[in-house]
Amino acid sequence: MTQLSIDDLRRVLVDCAGEREGLAVGGDIAELTFEELGYDSLALIETAAKLKQRFDIDIEDDKVVTAETLGALLGLANAAVAQEAGR
Amino acid sequence: MDTSARGRRVVMTGMGVRSPGGIGTKEFWDLLTSGRTATRPITFFDAGPFRSRVAAEADFDAAAEGLTPREIRRMDRATQFAVACTRDAVADSELGFDALDPFRVGVSLGTAVASATSLETEYVIMSDAGRDWTVDAAYLSPHMFDYLSPGAMPAEVAWTVGAQGPVTMVSDGCTSGIDAVGHAAQLIREGTADVVLAGATDTPISPIVVACFDAIKATTPRNDDPEHASRPFDRTRNGFVLAEGAAMFVLEEYEMARARGARIYAEIGGFATRCNAYHMTGLTKHGREMAQAISLALGDARLDPGQVSYVNAHGSGTRQNDRHETAAFKRALGEHAYRVPISSIKSIIGHSLGAIGSIEIAACALAIQHNVVPPTANLCEPDPECDLDYVPLTARELPVDNVLTVGSGFGGFQSAMVLRAVA
Amino acid sequence: MSGAVRTVITGMGVTAPNGLGTEQYWRAVLDRHSGIREMTRFDASRYPYRLAGQITDFAAEDHLPAKLLPQTDVSTRLALTAADWAFADAGIEPGTVDDDRMGVVTSNATGGFAFTHGEFRKLWRQGGEYVSVYESFAWFYAVNTGQISIRNGLRGPGAALVAEQAGGLDALGHACRSVRAGTELLISGGVDSALDPWGFISQFAGGRVSVEPDPRRAFLPFDAAASGYVPGEGGALLVIESEEAARRRRAPRIHGEIAGYAATFDPPPGSGRPPALRQAAERAIAQAGLRPDDIGVVFADASGVPELDRAEAAAIRDLFGPQGVPVTAPKALTGRLYAGGGPLDVVTAVLCLRDGVIPPTAHTTEVPGSYQLDLVLEEPRELSSPTALVLARGRHGFNSAVVVRA
Repeated sequence: MTQLSIDDLRRVLVDCAGEREGLAVGGDIAELTFEELGYDSLALIETAAKLKQRFDIDIEDDKVVTAETLGALLGLANAAVAQEAGR
Repeated sequence: MDTSARGRRVVMTGMGVRSPGGIGTKEFWDLLTSGRTATRPITFFDAGPFRSRVAAEADFDAAAEGLTPREIRRMDRATQFAVACTRDAVADSELGFDALDPFRVGVSLGTAVASATSLETEYVIMSDAGRDWTVDAAYLSPHMFDYLSPGAMPAEVAWTVGAQGPVTMVSDGCTSGIDAVGHAAQLIREGTADVVLAGATDTPISPIVVACFDAIKATTPRNDDPEHASRPFDRTRNGFVLAEGAAMFVLEEYEMARARGARIYAEIGGFATRCNAYHMTGLTKHGREMAQAISLALGDARLDPGQVSYVNAHGSGTRQNDRHETAAFKRALGEHAYRVPISSIKSIIGHSLGAIGSIEIAACALAIQHNVVPPTANLCEPDPECDLDYVPLTARELPVDNVLTVGSGFGGFQSAMVLRAVA
Repeated sequence: MSGAVRTVITGMGVTAPNGLGTEQYWRAVLDRHSGIREMTRFDASRYPYRLAGQITDFAAEDHLPAKLLPQTDVSTRLALTAADWAFADAGIEPGTVDDDRMGVVTSNATGGFAFTHGEFRKLWRQGGEYVSVYESFAWFYAVNTGQISIRNGLRGPGAALVAEQAGGLDALGHACRSVRAGTELLISGGVDSALDPWGFISQFAGGRVSVEPDPRRAFLPFDAAASGYVPGEGGALLVIESEEAARRRRAPRIHGEIAGYAATFDPPPGSGRPPALRQAAERAIAQAGLRPDDIGVVFADASGVPELDRAEAAAIRDLFGPQGVPVTAPKALTGRLYAGGGPLDVVTAVLCLRDGVIPPTAHTTEVPGSYQLDLVLEEPRELSSPTALVLARGRHGFNSAVVVRA
């Protein structure tokens, strides 16, 4: 499957845990931290679950909650995609 | 508690316990001091699809308990546990309830998920295993109202003795078991009741509950080693073990108990509760609010930290809880935190959510009776961050006079209670 | 109550099927504007009853931040909003308090039921991996206490009590108890909602919901043609403080005093002993230092089930004498709101005392003479004494009573 875009990730995050100010569609959001946006660890865990359900992307529990920015989470997601593709 | 009504004291004169690995008070205490645990693979349903597949199930036989077919039909499993425990506690107290003014007898029953098990059973039928959002009224059980709105649970407890004073269900999540007993003590202290049937029950081992804790990774996935899966304060701990159980007490005004020569297990010396207003499931690193609850409970009992003989911890075995709690103990007990023996019986009987607080109170009262402190099982490699005396592996004999028990629950609840020996 | 500390109401927030906000609700009550209508949330045509007191004009996104929406049931959204309004009314800016002298005690009867129904469905249709992280706390009975505490930074004591429809008054009574024990302020009350199909039909299993299809004839408290009640959603949150604390912080208003509270429980079924509502009322009145003569109005539990109406009428008659006190049941316009019902009745009592007018019981036309009940019908009536008694009963025997004084 293809790599996720930052907007794909944004949409999943919002579906799971609601909109936030500063999380504009198409905006420069990769470096925004979850902390400043107001997404807690539950939001990340839920997002990881949704990524699995919607895109069949598997990120380990322990790794998910270490991601501090959207960019970092996107990196984890796409690393998982690449790993699957490599099988 | 109401510190203006210090005149009335509250004591425990009867006890009934239904625990995994311990149906009955004696069996429960034997388990706690035996070195065995009651955590096993889940058998109540096929747990194969779930992340955490271990639990502490109780060997409860409703018919053998003397529950009638009608009682078994209408009562959720949690209610059955509560009624069985209540009957034990009432008999144990040897209190002549018939001679009491029923309006002076109350009930305070704790539970976190109430009739969840029955809700799930009915849901599968009514919805045809999730196919119908508009569930089929043709399959509506007459007892479904009571599973939706669980007032029947404290009612059934009240009916065991015909209690007509204040009757309520205290449902503060995982602190329900300690809060229900605290609430009951308040009712007696303030003079509203003389006797209260107090305690808690939860029988949450059902797919929906397993699934919701799976979702937040709160329960342990240590499925290959069920007997050692609950590892509070251990470096390798990775979540709690879901459990079921119940404990009920007869709480009585002290002078009344003394006048009739009742056997007194312990006095409810102090109680306090706080919210951390932080997060519905997360805990702070500093444990300030739990520390405050502890300090207030000790103050209520007019005790210094140094006088505490034993602390029964919440010790659920999640990474965050055990760290949070260690910080709270240090903050509230100061130097004494490093000396006092502290243990978590969740290592043995798992975490029965709203019930466990009451089951832990039973353990505290029995610790006072026996001058023995139960161990924290499976504590093989203490977490360096949990650097207190958590009584690893083996029960310990020592004089037990004043016991502190604490609880922490979703919603931010932090509760503490002091029990003390009565001469 | 007896003793030095007077417990007063300094803020109120209402979310009711016939009004969002206290004043809108009160106008609806006086105008006899009903919130009972055909179920609109799903197709109830195959169910034996189809009426409910629904709140249809509440858009949660207008009142709460986006982050709270995925993790809250409708009952919690209503409770948080009502709590915000109560704090605003009390002159405390919601979300800016950060205090361990302030606590929360709510009542709940059904928890976040629509939310949990959705999660049950995902579990059984799709599998456990589809269950939301929020199921771990969005359904349980303490959810409103927890969420209100977090949103408002309340670090004092928190509790959640369950006693079906009596629990809401128990929560208020416990708040008063906490104030007397030293907590300066608590937000207290209840909100319930179980109007998804599973919650909705489960209420019918109680055997007390009316099957009358006409919204004006389905819930007729104390009427000869009473045939049960209509369930509703909503409730109220109130700010309770010691009078001394309220005056010290110059609270903008004191709505009234909760002067007395008591709770009793009925004897076991088949015992032959009478129900205990009268004793709860008696004790609440005595705790207020009053006599039945001092009560200007009774807000009845009003079950709408004939034998229960009869029992309540008997309790009122025994305490006050035949036609001894004006009685009313504004819940005929909202349905029974479970844990929300008692607190909403207390708010209504406060407004009744404020304006000196007793709202009528809508839709009821013919009260049996044997009840000897002075039910206020048709038109509002002038209030003669600034004290109200509020009654609530919960299924299986809960009886709670609160005395409100101006």
